Amino acid sequence: MSAAMIDDLPKLKAQLRRAERLKKLKALALIAPLVIFLLLAFVFPIGTMLWRGIDNSEMQLALPQTAQLLQQWDGQNLPSAEVFKSLASELPSAQKSGALGKYGRRLNYEDPTLKTLMTQTLRKMPIEPPSDWSQTLPQINPRWSDPKVWQALKNTAPRLTDRYLLASVDVERNAQGDLQFVAPDKKVYLDIFQRTLIISGTVTLVCLLLGFPLAYLLATLPTGTSNLLMIFVLLPFWTSLLVRTAAWIVLLQSGGLVNNALIGLGIIQEPLQLVFNRFGVIVAMTHILLPFMILPLYSVMKGISPSYQRAAISLGAHPFKAFWQVYVPQTLAGVAAGTILVFIMALGYYITPALLGGPSDQMVSYYVAYYTNTTNNWSMAAALGSLLLIATLVLYAVYNHLVNKNPVRR
Amino acid sequence: MEQTYPTATPLVRFVGVQKTYDGVIRVVKNLNLDIQRGEFVTLLGPSGSGKTTCLMMLAGFETPTSGDIFLGDQKLNTLPPHKRNIGMVFQNYALFPHMTVEENLYYPLKIRKLPNNQAKQKVERILDIIKLKSFAKRRPSQLSGGQQQRVALARALVFEPQLVLMDEPLGALDKQLREHMQLELRQLHKALGLTVVFVTHDQGEALNMSDRVAVFNDGIIQQIDTPLNLYEYPNNAFVAQFIGENNTLAGTVAHLSGDTCRVSLAHGAASGARVSDIKALNESTLLSIRPERIHLNEAAQALANRFTATIRDFTYLGDHVRVRCELLDNDQFYVKVPISDTLESLQPGMTVQLGWRDEDARALSKP
Ligand SMILES: Nc1ncnc2c1ncn2[C@@H]1O[C@H](COP(=O)(O)OP(=O)(O)OP(=O)(O)O)[C@@H](O)[C@H]1O
Ligand SMILES: [Mg+2]
Repeated sequence: MSAAMIDDLPKLKAQLRRAERLKKLKALALIAPLVIFLLLAFVFPIGTMLWRGIDNSEMQLALPQTAQLLQQWDGQNLPSAEVFKSLASELPSAQKSGALGKYGRRLNYEDPTLKTLMTQTLRKMPIEPPSDWSQTLPQINPRWSDPKVWQALKNTAPRLTDRYLLASVDVERNAQGDLQFVAPDKKVYLDIFQRTLIISGTVTLVCLLLGFPLAYLLATLPTGTSNLLMIFVLLPFWTSLLVRTAAWIVLLQSGGLVNNALIGLGIIQEPLQLVFNRFGVIVAMTHILLPFMILPLYSVMKGISPSYQRAAISLGAHPFKAFWQVYVPQTLAGVAAGTILVFIMALGYYITPALLGGPSDQMVSYYVAYYTNTTNNWSMAAALGSLLLIATLVLYAVYNHLVNKNPVRR
Repeated sequence: MEQTYPTATPLVRFVGVQKTYDGVIRVVKNLNLDIQRGEFVTLLGPSGSGKTTCLMMLAGFETPTSGDIFLGDQKLNTLPPHKRNIGMVFQNYALFPHMTVEENLYYPLKIRKLPNNQAKQKVERILDIIKLKSFAKRRPSQLSGGQQQRVALARALVFEPQLVLMDEPLGALDKQLREHMQLELRQLHKALGLTVVFVTHDQGEALNMSDRVAVFNDGIIQQIDTPLNLYEYPNNAFVAQFIGENNTLAGTVAHLSGDTCRVSLAHGAASGARVSDIKALNESTLLSIRPERIHLNEAAQALANRFTATIRDFTYLGDHVRVRCELLDNDQFYVKVPISDTLESLQPGMTVQLGWRDEDARALSKP
């Protein structure tokens, strides 16, 4: 009988597999719309955007052969006559197809004069192809005998580039291809990142300081009262972000409510500058992000029985000590969740600093928007965006690590 | 209310303690209770009877609305809870989840700033006693319910408090573990000479473990006595009903002499009984008889009080059978009969003779 059972085993397994497969297919069918939506609305656009941060295909599209030859060139002295010839033969068709225009914008990032050099050379090209373009081109414009020009062209030749990512952290490659910081007067992005981190950090800290006692109150009050208070906490969610931001301008501007009240009370003589500076940005961002701190804190605190503190007190701890040593450590998971949530959201803030801040209060997102909308330099926008995304992912990983290490699980 | 007490004062005294949370309902009404050093006293009562409230007042987490609580010679009313030096075991154990077993045990010692080597000695000793030495580095969440319970107990004992309070500490354990822990608690109590105030609403647990049991109802101690006395000599109808199983018959006191009386029942029947809390002749009363004190048929022949009852049904409980009878106006009259041959001849609907001795029946004041 046992032999029969063993004979049956493969059959049984096959049956099981079939049943499982059916179940899996059903599950897949159920989530398929979501997956497709995510692919189309999230993964694909973001992926394309990030790709632009390293994409360097302009020259390969406009002057494919020259690009290939330049990549083989060692960058010393001048390239071979073959390269001159290839460039001269490819330029007219590139102009015809329109690819040269896009390449010109790319060249601008290397050296703003190169685009003119190209168009001028095109204009002055002899009708009859000369025997040696490496003689003719420098005659048209002596700059063609300058290795720096060819080096700049070589930089635009590979399929991928790290220049935008490097530029986003104020680093560039020198003529030898080594990394170096850009000239001090051109340094901007590190400052912007630093500023973004400082503003986000300050907002997170203020949110924590304000949110912790409030969440504690909410968690300890009788249900009726705490539900009412909860509505006030959630109220900001039901108002548009733009409206709330505008409301802060109304409140904080020099003829606004706050200043008028302070002057009316005789506390100050001149209106204080409360908005269009760092203060206004932090106040408004804290107001908007506070619920994201309170909610995770509240949900963790709600689960902590008051008997822990009582136990500590009965063991001899002063109530403050009991709170600090026994209650607070148990809220750490909530503190971590709230902190990371607020910080990550703050990192990407755009509209509030744009409306309430001064020029020195703009965060990374502002420059992403600037490059996308104003200068049409999507590569730079993508690179800055990528760095922001990387920072967020790193933070999230750290958070995950901390939470998983935290042994307090109920 | 300045009072002095002789040197052999009880460890805990509740004097005229009252407590109301809302100013309307008195959760505790006039509590007077003395607990001697080394005693194991249980507060037993139905849910909402004010047991936890009493314990919390003793621990300092609630304040009495009026009256005084003394710990030794010290009046507790104004002493904050963290200075009372009372160990407490909470119903849900309240072990600090972010600390290991060991850290939990060190906590009260560190607060008392005990030198490290002394603290270490104490923690190791208590770990030995609760037999969890190999679990010292674990977190509470990695322990079973019974182990957590023991750690909670150890934490309440490690700083050698003069008094240990326990609020239904065994409530969350399964029956077998609970019985095991009852035994261990009892042994610990004896071995360490602890004074324990224990709260439960499980009467078996109360009778099993305590030196004395205080039966609570309605914020009043109905009776405080040894387990034996509570069971055999309940003071009033509530205690008789609450502790163990009990049959009652309504009647009036027909004859009263000293601590015995005669109760006339419905349909002209009558029974002798002991007096508990009846005060006057002709008072209406409840006659209370334990099911195991009632004898059947032949065994009832020689007894002073004999009645004819009708059998309604049987419940087999392994070692004995509960026979439900209709006697006088009560059709929930239970008789506990040991398994025997005579049982087999009984059928529902048959009439049987029931009998009991005068001293096994108690006449209780109608509540
Ligand atoms: N903090 C409080 N505020 C208001 N009423 C309370 C409070 N704590 C307890 N009560 C009320 O006091 C009464 C006695 O409560 P207590 O907790 O002392 O009962 P208990 O005997 O311990 O009951 P259980 O066996 O269910 O634990 C109950 O009616 C309860 O509703
Ligand atoms: Mg209770």
